Amino acid sequence: MSSTFVGMPTLPSQRGHGNLHAEEPFPQAATRELGNSQLRANLRHATHTIRDKRLNVVGELPDWEDLRQAGSDTKDAVMADLPAKLDEFEKNFTARGGVVHWARDAEEANRIVTDLVRATGSEEIVKVKSMATQEIGLNEHLEEQGIAAFETDLAELIVQLGHDKPSHILVPAIHKNRTEVRDIFLNEMPEVDPDLTDNPAELAMAARAHLRQKFLSAKVAISGANFALADTGTLGVVESEGNGRMCLTLPETLITVMGIEKVLPSAQDLEVFMQLLPRSSTGERMNPYTSLWTGVTEGDGPQNVHIVLLDNGRTNALADKYGRTALNCIRCSACMNVCPVYERTGGHAYGSTYPGPIGAILSPLMTGIEAEDNGSLPYASSLCGACYDACPVKINIPDILVHLRGEDVKAQHAASRVPTEMDLLMKGAEIALSSGKVLNLMEKALPLGRLAAGRDKKIKKLPGKLAGAWTSSRDIPAPPAQSFRDWWKKEGRS
Amino acid sequence: MRIALFATCIVDAMYPSTARATVRILERLGHEVVFPAGQACCGQMHTNSGYFDAARKVAANHITAFESVEYDVAVAPSGSCVASVKHQHPMLAERAGDTDLAERATAVGAKTYELTQLLVDVLGVTDAAEQLGSYFPHTITYHPSCHGMRLLRLGDRQLDLLKTVGGIDVVELPEADACCGFGGTFSMKNAQVSTAMLEDKAENIRSTGAGLCAGGDASCLLHIGGGLSRAGSAAGTLHLAEILASTLEEPAEVPSTTTGATR
Repeated sequence: MSSTFVGMPTLPSQRGHGNLHAEEPFPQAATRELGNSQLRANLRHATHTIRDKRLNVVGELPDWEDLRQAGSDTKDAVMADLPAKLDEFEKNFTARGGVVHWARDAEEANRIVTDLVRATGSEEIVKVKSMATQEIGLNEHLEEQGIAAFETDLAELIVQLGHDKPSHILVPAIHKNRTEVRDIFLNEMPEVDPDLTDNPAELAMAARAHLRQKFLSAKVAISGANFALADTGTLGVVESEGNGRMCLTLPETLITVMGIEKVLPSAQDLEVFMQLLPRSSTGERMNPYTSLWTGVTEGDGPQNVHIVLLDNGRTNALADKYGRTALNCIRCSACMNVCPVYERTGGHAYGSTYPGPIGAILSPLMTGIEAEDNGSLPYASSLCGACYDACPVKINIPDILVHLRGEDVKAQHAASRVPTEMDLLMKGAEIALSSGKVLNLMEKALPLGRLAAGRDKKIKKLPGKLAGAWTSSRDIPAPPAQSFRDWWKKEGRS
Repeated sequence: MRIALFATCIVDAMYPSTARATVRILERLGHEVVFPAGQACCGQMHTNSGYFDAARKVAANHITAFESVEYDVAVAPSGSCVASVKHQHPMLAERAGDTDLAERATAVGAKTYELTQLLVDVLGVTDAAEQLGSYFPHTITYHPSCHGMRLLRLGDRQLDLLKTVGGIDVVELPEADACCGFGGTFSMKNAQVSTAMLEDKAENIRSTGAGLCAGGDASCLLHIGGGLSRAGSAAGTLHLAEILASTLEEPAEVPSTTTGATR
């Protein structure tokens, strides 16, 4: 085992499973989503609104860059010492009455949670938004086992009732407008007033009435966690609606499913992360509800407290020297709100629970680049760099995208001996561009391009799938009669 | 100063007038320009497409070409190619475990500047009309390319210089900092997403009423210009080097579609 061993049985690092896969190649999925003009309008409006809010509140902090650096440094330090940090967390969580479970992958995590719920005798659970349970497909698994899971985060509820999937990690229903939400409520909430309008306050009240009933009857809650503090064994959830707090305090049993990368050394680190996270995610100075809980307190709150520490490919990502900083992600979603690709395709095009720029690196790092269609994800970016600038923990997403493209090319070449069109294009370009002499010779053919361009001096159609894709929407100007290098030589310069 | 010109492959083959304009600007300031003949390309396309072995060969050629000539600084009229030389070349060498090449790459990268970076930071040019005699009596808008803006941190150097050109009218481009959607092979591999980004950029350019969109990266301008042309737009693109090099006596050649926008 490498230095990434995290205290679990000595098995090779595991590839992640579950909802971490592109369901089809990104270009194909993206093209379909691009055709949905309502989606594009919703996304554009929502991402631009959050983007502007974020810029305002980030601009208020004179030490924003120092905060980013501190966040990045803390995460780097945790990742370099993850086994020890997790051991410390386990010790302290257990000492305060909690029970720790380790899950290698999605299947194991689902089984652990199901057994824990079964042991309570309950067939209904409430949930507070958890990316980790989306990742492992817990709701679907529980349903198969006869256990009904109710999402309580408003946006998650909309997605669940709409038989849909989240398309954003912070605003899972970002792709729906309020009229669409009203229609979902009318169809799926039996008790709802049939005259419900699309007024946001009315919609919120309808959801509130629907959820209150679940909170008061549920014996078991399942949560995610934004962080785990190693030195006290404390867990924390950050949210906007207070529904999370209801889940965390009312039921008798509380089961948290959390990725192993979420651990922080101590409460002092919250000073940095509680500034970075709300400002980056919702563009607020502080989120409305922050809940921290440490083990069991007799007579107050859940009396059975569990945590499932999930690997599911995280050690796989950690073992990647060039990609491991993707695990520093605090799930704020700032990268997707500034991404020009996400803005146009939405989250579903990425297939995985983790969409946008971070998803384009995180998913293949967790599953391995060879997994199904995940090899197409690192190409879902123009490398404009907006995500890196926005990331509160300074994950260099463009560099990791490029690294993973290299991994994909390596994997492709290992799998097939037949060169692709891209291979041929790259080989040709390599020959032409590795020497000034060869390039000079190639440039002698420029007048041919002028011929192809014809009278209007534009090349409108190139052969081949790749070059043809370029000219599907863009002209190429007629090349010049003479290259610069030729002109320079003829001028007798050196 | 002895300045080595890195023309970049796109400018060399497709936009030689941009390279000639770069030479004119530097010579007008009294500097000597040399052209390392062995140069071809920075290898950015190969790197960004994941073909690291090929990219390393292309990068090695660039490094060798620029080592074989005596010069004080190197300059390229392209932010993304400069970013590639500075950031990607050492990375490619390090990945291959070639520490010698990594050191050589870092040395070449340290002496390489984007055109406006050189003009403003090294040569002290802050007023193009005054110091370069620049004159360009047209309405333009300006697109800052991603690599210049985010990797090289050029800030307002390009825009500020353009604003000081004699006779020019610079109008602000809405959502200027949004990527045009080129992204090298991204525009082929994800052609539809790239097109959607390009359409928005073209629409923003159209909304300014300017007949020309200026920028500092020939590849982005090729992409934007290609989209404008296909859409039948009256607007075109022009590299800022040609605008800075334009004078009353020797005016820049403006794309024919834009003559209507001449002031």
